[in-house]
Amino acid sequence: MSYRVVVGVRLKEGLLDPQGKAVEAALPSLGWTNVSGVRVGKEIELELDAPDEAAARAQVVEMSERFLSNPVIETFEILRVSEIMALSQSNQKAT
Amino acid sequence: MSEPRPRIGVVTFPGSLDDRDALRAVALMGAEPVSVWHAHRSLGDADAVILPGGFSYGDYLRTGAIARFAPAMESVAAFAAAGGPVLGICNGFQILCEAGLLPGALVRNKGLAFVCRWLTIRVENGEAGGHESSGNLTIGRRGELLSVPIKHGEGRFVASPDTLERLEGDGRVAFRYASPGGEVSEDFNPNGSTASIAGVWNEAGNVLGLMPHPEHAVDPDLGPTGGQPILQWLLSAARARVPA
Repeated sequence: MSYRVVVGVRLKEGLLDPQGKAVEAALPSLGWTNVSGVRVGKEIELELDAPDEAAARAQVVEMSERFLSNPVIETFEILRVSEIMALSQSNQKAT
Repeated sequence: MSEPRPRIGVVTFPGSLDDRDALRAVALMGAEPVSVWHAHRSLGDADAVILPGGFSYGDYLRTGAIARFAPAMESVAAFAAAGGPVLGICNGFQILCEAGLLPGALVRNKGLAFVCRWLTIRVENGEAGGHESSGNLTIGRRGELLSVPIKHGEGRFVASPDTLERLEGDGRVAFRYASPGGEVSEDFNPNGSTASIAGVWNEAGNVLGLMPHPEHAVDPDLGPTGGQPILQWLLSAARARVPA
């Protein structure tokens, strides 16, 4: 089976996010004066082959722990998992 | 020849910028510079290794996150584990943190801006553990001030409260940002680093990482020479490994 997985990576709670602060500071100049607590994270989207969804999730968790996020400063969360057409088939079509 | 000339390896990653300055600086200090390529496992029989500054792999994902998987880094990790002296400068510091060879992490500067200027750092522990041994195996006495440049956008040192407590307790904070007179305060903290930390030692005291650039501060014709004592430590540690 093939899956498309979206992982969200964000700075740990309590760790100052200067990027979020800059965005927050810019919003009032556009008229939105009621916004606070802005934090900026990132989404990593990937596709992988795995026997089933549980295996796909387990692999993404391991990749996130070891590489996609840094546990010293970040947390991660699997935001979405969807089954897609087999990767090998789509690869064949492309070649 | 009175003293052996140690070989100092400088690793070049795709996107390294200060590898040539580091090679030149160690040559000026009397060592033999050795270029090390990131894709090779060989450290060129180096007696010490520098991970230089720059933007390896474009700083993609996180600073240092991709460089840590370079083949040369496997050798650097093994070299460090065997007691080999390793100095990580700026991006090199970030790589060492990502590789788990140094504690903590370096994140976006508090003020968001890229900071590029000369400043003063204060020696906290000239060698790991807060000893003040005689001889060259120390960077300097506690409180000694060094004039060095910084140039980074992601140099804010952070670590968990437990890690910070251990670093402070074990005498592993190497440098703090300070005023020209040696005062440590938020006014002289250029990037929002926790406790103004500018550099840290590993537990064994053979791996040092710092955000300032000692390799840009060695030639008296070009400005202050605050980088000399730091590179001198590396050279002395390397010499100690050269068979007589």
